[in-house]
Amino acid sequence: MRTLLDTRLLPAIAVAAIVIVLPWFFPSAFYYRIGALVFIFALAVVGLNLLMGFAGQVSLGHAGFLGIGAYSVAIGPVYFGMPSWLSLFAGAVLSGLVAFLVGRPILRLKGHYLAVATLGFGLLVAIVLSNEAGWTGGPDGMSVPKLTLFSWSVRSADAWYWIAGTTFVGGFILALNLMQSPTGRSLQAIHDSEIASLVLGIDVASKKLTIFIISAMYASVAGSYLALFNGHVTPDVAGFLRSIELVAMVVLGGMGSIVGSLVGAIVLVVLPQVLTVFHEYEQALLGLIVMVFMIFLRRGIVPSLAAILQGWRK
Amino acid sequence: MTILETDRLAITFGGVRAIDGVSISIASGQVFSIIGPNGSGKTTLFNLVSGIYQPNDGSIRLAGETVTGLAPDQLARRGLSRTFQNLQIFSRMSVLENVMVGRHRHERTGVLADLLHWPTVARQNRATREAALAALARVSLADAADRPAGSLAYGALKRLEIARALASEPSVLLLDEPAAGCNPIETQDIDHVIRSIVQGGITVVLVEHDMRLVMNISDRVHVLASGRTLTEGTPQEVRSNPAVIEAYLGVHGSQEAGRAFD
Repeated sequence: MRTLLDTRLLPAIAVAAIVIVLPWFFPSAFYYRIGALVFIFALAVVGLNLLMGFAGQVSLGHAGFLGIGAYSVAIGPVYFGMPSWLSLFAGAVLSGLVAFLVGRPILRLKGHYLAVATLGFGLLVAIVLSNEAGWTGGPDGMSVPKLTLFSWSVRSADAWYWIAGTTFVGGFILALNLMQSPTGRSLQAIHDSEIASLVLGIDVASKKLTIFIISAMYASVAGSYLALFNGHVTPDVAGFLRSIELVAMVVLGGMGSIVGSLVGAIVLVVLPQVLTVFHEYEQALLGLIVMVFMIFLRRGIVPSLAAILQGWRK
Repeated sequence: MTILETDRLAITFGGVRAIDGVSISIASGQVFSIIGPNGSGKTTLFNLVSGIYQPNDGSIRLAGETVTGLAPDQLARRGLSRTFQNLQIFSRMSVLENVMVGRHRHERTGVLADLLHWPTVARQNRATREAALAALARVSLADAADRPAGSLAYGALKRLEIARALASEPSVLLLDEPAAGCNPIETQDIDHVIRSIVQGGITVVLVEHDMRLVMNISDRVHVLASGRTLTEGTPQEVRSNPAVIEAYLGVHGSQEAGRAFD
């Protein structure tokens, strides 16, 4: 029993340790900022990985939920006088509801058809956000009131580092829990064979919908954090490029690897910062590095490295 | 007692009546085999009975209740499970995890409890694991429990599928060509497994090309030809029925066969 608990939460303990130890090596507040961004994106990526890596259902529109979360913490306080934290929860519930309504018809689709349908959903959210200028400020976006917790106004980058880090570890643990549960097993089963899952009594459609809703709520919370952290939000948060970025983080880190989600987020958040020294070649180099990663670690960074390590041990 | 019956079941694919008015009645605890030449509709009949296809006509009753039109997962929850001719293994999971999925319909935790790893989840995982190990032992695969499912040999994968279906504790188990592609020793293993399943009180419906296995093990044999019932009887009756031999070998072939036996 003890060993069971230990092995299940081992990655979570390791990740929590990283969150705590990392700031010792930060030379300036700027690094807290990058760290906070990594954890915010990693949270969304863990959610998307549950959907893509475990249940095998692709979503090219997940930034749509990022957008719903982001605008919730902007619109809630400004127009309804709701506290930011309550708006964040309301946004997550709204995202879950939207995922439920959208997921029911589109999760019947498979492979490329599902990809295109989710792509359409993401575009739809982005268009609504830029057109409903009366509420959202249109393409220029709107400013987001600072998060206030018990009369403490959260402004500094290091405060955000701790909030995002803690939330990420929480989301990470929930994901680990889910994977080693009856629900997690049925999701993995659906990924490998829907027909075999059906004849074993698994309600495939409802399981897919469940994980779609959960992953939407992960993205929504991440979107709320992103908006609160930046203090400003534009429709780009829900844009196609953001969706692709999330998918790239999932695939780069490793489909089906929860730890990989963090690694994917680290690489795609930190690397552009490092590459700014190359000025106009930044984007080209980023593309090249991602390609090299995928060519040599084709199952994603974490699963491929794990396989290599296992090979050495033998 | 009749556990599974179909009444004038029919399905049409693009104008072809793949199954045309087939009525079968399977008594509880039997091994009931469905045989017939290639393309006679055996697998189609399985797909109808297990809810993968919806019939255009006719009805299906499981344990006395009409279940026509129910989805495969609904049928599974009523105690009907099956295996597949072309294997449907969860290849990313371990052997044990494959069988643990088979316990799904007996698992009682909700998604919220699963996310929070409620104490009930740990208990459920342990119970599922034990039941899955027991099912693996029934097909002599307990030793391979922790291996990746994809690494097993073909014959073992066939047995793994049976163990996974058994783990769901069905009252009726449909086996679609369990011995196809197996060597004689693997076929012998399958034979033993089927006998032990029936001894456990589960009704087995078998589609199989290996006639030796079918004739050895079946209580009743139902013969299909071109989507219609040709005949039904005990293995003895079916074996000696000239119409059956003709369906398999054609008129000319059956004359040749007749001469060979003289």
